[in-house]
Formats: sequence, C-alpha cells, structure tokens
Amino acid sequence: MREITLSQAVNEALAEEMRRDDTVFIIGEDVAEAGTPFKVLSGLVEEFGTGRVVDTPIAEPGFVGIGVGAALTGTRPVVDLMFGDFLYLVMDQLCNQAAKAYYMSGGKLNVPLVLRTNMGATRRSAAQHSQSLHALVAHIPGLKVAMPSSAYEAKGLMKTAIRDDNPVVIFEDKLMYNDKAPVPEEEFLIPFGEANIKREGRDITLIGTSSMVQVCEKAAELLAKEGIDAEVIDPRTIVPLDEAALLKSAKKTSRVIVVDEGHQSYGITGEIAGRINEKAFYHLDAPVLRMGAMDVPVPFSPALEDITVPTPEDVADNARKLMSGEMIHAA
Amino acid sequence: MAKTKTNTEDYLRMYRQMVRIRSFEDNANQLYLSAKMPGLTHMYSGEEAVAVGICEALEVTDKITSTHRGHGHCVAKGANFKEMFCELLGKEEGYCRGKGGSMHIADQSNGNLGANAIVGGSMGIATGAAFTAKLLGKDDVTVCFFGDGATAQGLWYEVMNMAALWKLPVIYACENNGYSEYTKTEEIAAGSITARAEAFGIEAHQVDGQDVLAVNELAQDLVARARKGEGPFFIELMTYRYHGHHVGDINREYYRSKEEEKDWKENRDPIIKFRGWLVEQGIASEDEIEAMNAEIKKDAAEAVAYAEAATYPEQSEVDMHVYTDIKHALERDTA
Ligand SMILES: Cc1ncc(C[n+]2csc(CCOP(=O)(O)OP(=O)(O)O)c2C)c(N)n1
Ligand SMILES: [Mg+2]
Repeated sequence: MREITLSQAVNEALAEEMRRDDTVFIIGEDVAEAGTPFKVLSGLVEEFGTGRVVDTPIAEPGFVGIGVGAALTGTRPVVDLMFGDFLYLVMDQLCNQAAKAYYMSGGKLNVPLVLRTNMGATRRSAAQHSQSLHALVAHIPGLKVAMPSSAYEAKGLMKTAIRDDNPVVIFEDKLMYNDKAPVPEEEFLIPFGEANIKREGRDITLIGTSSMVQVCEKAAELLAKEGIDAEVIDPRTIVPLDEAALLKSAKKTSRVIVVDEGHQSYGITGEIAGRINEKAFYHLDAPVLRMGAMDVPVPFSPALEDITVPTPEDVADNARKLMSGEMIHAA
Repeated sequence: MAKTKTNTEDYLRMYRQMVRIRSFEDNANQLYLSAKMPGLTHMYSGEEAVAVGICEALEVTDKITSTHRGHGHCVAKGANFKEMFCELLGKEEGYCRGKGGSMHIADQSNGNLGANAIVGGSMGIATGAAFTAKLLGKDDVTVCFFGDGATAQGLWYEVMNMAALWKLPVIYACENNGYSEYTKTEEIAAGSITARAEAFGIEAHQVDGQDVLAVNELAQDLVARARKGEGPFFIELMTYRYHGHHVGDINREYYRSKEEEKDWKENRDPIIKFRGWLVEQGIASEDEIEAMNAEIKKDAAEAVAYAEAATYPEQSEVDMHVYTDIKHALERDTA
C-alpha cells in the first residue's frame, strides 16, 4: 500500500469531503495561500477558492462563533485552530454554544462543525504552544473528540468527523505531521467509538492515545524481548469511547497501563482507569496505572521538556513493575 | 526627522540600544541557522526605533508588556544580553531559568512583565498593571506593545473601554509592520485602526516607526500626560520586520516581494537613518559610531559564547515554580 504523511492524509480527507459536499468549508488563520504554518492545507485554496478556504483575522472566538452559526444554518464548517493552546480563547463558543445547541433546543438545532486543532509537546515551543488539552473538551457533553495516531486514522477520522452531525474536535499531534503510514487509495472512513487493537498480547494491556500509541508499541517491543507479551490498544476517539474493547482486553490480560499526553491529573488516563476499575475490577491482578504528562506547564528548556512526557522506557519500566507485583505491594 | 529636546547622551543611548537589538537578533538568527537554538524565534530587526523610542521615554519603574516578537522590547527596557541568550538556549541562568524561552522572557527588575505567545494575550495584563498604579496611587505608566494582527482580538476592545472609562495610565502601542504571519494587514483589518481607539474617546496617533526621534518625542509627551491621569492613549507605529514571521519563514515571496523588503531595508532603516542624523548634527563622528558598533558586537558575541557554555537547569527543577507556596528543594536550599 502507498505511504503518505499525516499531513497529506488530512489534506486528502478535506479535499475529498469538499468535493463530495459543497457545504463543507474551511475557516481559520492563514489557511488559504499559506496553507497553515504546518502547511497541512497546501493546495486546497487553489482547488476550492477563497470562498471555501477562508482566511480570517486573528480572532478565534469570532471565527469559531461564525462556524457555529454557519453550522446551525446548513453548512459543515471545518474550523482551523492553529494551536490547541488557543482552545482557551474559544471555550465559550465551543462549550456553551456548539456543544449545547442540540440539547437545549430539544433536538431542533444541531451543529455539524469540526474543530481541527493540535496537541503535543517536545517541539521546544514552551508553555503556550505545547499543550494537549483534549481532556478539557472531552469533559463537555455534546462534543465528540477524535485523536488520530497515524496518517491512516487522521484521514479516516477526519472524513467521519465532517459527516457527523455533532460538533467534533480533532487533535492532531504536531510532531506527527511528517510521519508516514500506509493509507489506502480507495475511500474509507473510520467509525467513531471503535478502538483499534494495534498489537495482540496476553500479559498486559497498554492503552495509548495519539502519539502515545507509538510509545506503547515501542514499549511492547522492549517488553517482548523479555518475554512479556503486551497488547496495545488505540481508542481512536475518546468521546465516544469504545469501553467494551478496553474492558475485554483488561479482562484478558488483567493488567493495564493507560498512557496519554494530557496532564496526568484529572485527565483521560484517570477516566479510562476509573472505568476499567469499576467494570473489570475482579479480573485485575494489579491496579490500573495512569501515565500522563507531568503536572507542570510545559517548560521551554530541552533539558526539562523531555522529561515531562512518557517515553517507551518509562512505560516498559512500569509494565515490568506491574508484572512483578511490585506495584501491588508498594505503599 | 523630528527634533526633541534631549541631550547628546540620550541620543547616543538611543542609537546604542537600537544597535544592541539588531546585534542581538543577528546572533539569535545565527543560533537558529546553526541549529544551536531550540525551537523557533521571531526577529525584531527593522522595528528597533519603536521599542527604543518608547522605552527611552519610560522610567525603570514603568511597566511594559511584550509579544512573541519581544527581544526588542526586552533589550530596550534594560535587559542584559547574557541572561537573554541563556534564556533563548534554555539555560539555568536565563531570565526565566530556561522555563520560558524566547517567547516568554520576562525581566521583572526592569518592569518588563513578559513576552506572550498568545497574540493579544497581554492586553488585559497591561491594563491591569495600569489599574494597579491608579489603585495604589503610583505614577507608573504601562505600555502595551502588540502587533497589527492583534487588533483583531476582542480582548483589546474590552480593556480599552475600561481603560477609557477609568482613565488608566496605559499606552497601547500597535506595531504595524504590515503583516500578521503570512497575511497583509489590509486583508485582516477593516477601516482605520486609530479610529477604533478614538471610538472609545481615546486620543490616537499614527507615527513613523522608523524614525526614533519622532517616536520618542510622541512617547515622552504621552507618558508625561498619562502620569498626570490624562490617559489612556493609543499609538499606531508604522514599521517593518526584516526577517520572515519567524526564523524558519525563509521562502516568503508568495506573500511578500523581495523588492518591498529591499526598499524598507535600504531606504527606511531606522539605524542608518538615525546614524546619518547623528553625524550630520555633529553629535558623533563616523569613527565614534563604528567604535560603538564594534563594542556592541563584541558584547553580543561574548554573551552568546557564555550562554552556549552555560549549564541547563537540573532536571529536578521541572516541578519547581508551579505554585508559589510549595517550596521546592532548590528554593529551600537557597532561602
Ligand atoms: C491567540 C493567537 N492566535 C494565533 C497565534 C499564532 N500567531 C502567532 S504570531 C501571529 C501573527 C501576529 O501578527 P501581529 O500581531 O501583527 O504581530 P507580528 O508578528 O507582525 O509582530 C499569529 C497569528 C497566536 N500565537 N495566538
Ligand atoms: Mg504584524
């Protein structure tokens, strides 16, 4: 199968959906000629024109609000938020307006909007351009949240997001834009709420999101050398969450580590660990372990930044401890 | 060029500060190109007269807020090269112990409340600093630097309204360099920018941001009046950035022509213009100017070498400074 970058995959998904449906449009800062600072959208304005690839001033609450209004009245906007860190600026439009319109109107109004943004540290971009804020929006009923872990998921999930009648937030990892993966040429969509078992294993389950899927896969390779057979699962969307797949794996292996790049406290890892604890407790041989980013603003200095995010070695270390029973007898 | 009533020393300091900024940026760019600097940075080169003209009208106790393109403001407000370069390289001796980097340098000792990586993110902070001055009966003035692109942020209109209602001692200084990222200002700003401030009853000025004397003269007047409670004020400074949006923005002809860049650099350079004026007025000779330039160049080179050799923070510092009241081992040791 041909391999393309995550960036190309997103570009293809958008182009295909824009060809298929005239009501799909892109709006955001420097999305047209510049094709965004990451060059993900290059070429789209040439095909679809400035009427459907719309450059805005630096006015995030304004253009997200316009997206919500446009979505309520018959279009499918893909709103481009240049950095996930700017979510804080648009929280009212996203969480008070987009997320609640369907419910508050008793099902009369809906907001088929996609907010495309990013996440991920270790780019030396410091505290306001490195955050992974998906837990913030996953907390809000009414929003769906997708976290592609490779070019394949980035394409399939984007196409599903655009066709979804609800507001969807998609987080792409900035560090993966140039990573290649096999992506079929023929059209495909990835349904929301369907986890992907990246690697089957018997001894321990590693649940990872976004780039942490790769971290888990590398950890699994390290563990395999020592005879530990790890299963790696990518939920792909955290809202909706494929709880059944996660529980099934937990029951099979009886040990689970959840790895995610959001801050560890009050994050995705806690939510997933909590559900497994509630529903698979009697099948477990060890407590479910959470591994998130350190609970500190992302530091600029490379000497500090690199230790804030889980690495394959960290995950493997914890897996060994869980396997040896060390975690159970600790404390 | 506009004339001001400052003395020779003031003129020479303004010149020095502008050259220091240019020199800092040349070195920062070099650090990026030679892959010695982590991440990206935004160059202030070309806009020196704005930061210097304004900051030379301020006291050390006056406050500024800065932007992602903030090295110029930082130098102009009195910062040292060493701590700045250390910060750019993420070293322990940097202004923020390596935690902030280029986009977050703050220099509390000189009243620089910090650069900001959120466009428009400091508009509230600057207005709040002016609020403090009024509340505590201090005569500090705050200057809020931001770009033309930042005028699209709604926050500005909220705080201008309050600043005007409460006559706060804040000066909003918009550095209009013609672009926000890869987009021309006329494509993102409807109507007139000065008229927006005027709509709130705020006195607004437009000035040639390449003419340090004109900027300084206006700033001196507005700062003095803001101190007396006649603020807030707005200044739109017409200027130009020589480099790309950031150091990595090299192929930029799709949004900005080489001829345009050449014209600004050759015909409107703030340093060349001011240097010519200094010589013409007999304030400094060409030789004296060359000597000044050489000294600054040497200072910068030494600071860079120092920063390159400096150490990174200890890994244990990673969770230090998250909360003020949780004492970290290092802080306890030095307390
Ligand atoms: C809230 C927010 N939106 C977008 C960005 C991305 N961004 C960084 S600088 C910039 C352009 C700023 O233009 P301007 O205010 O004119 O300042 P200049 O870079 O020209 O000095 C943009 C869009 C950001 N950092 N913060
Ligand atoms: Mg600008």
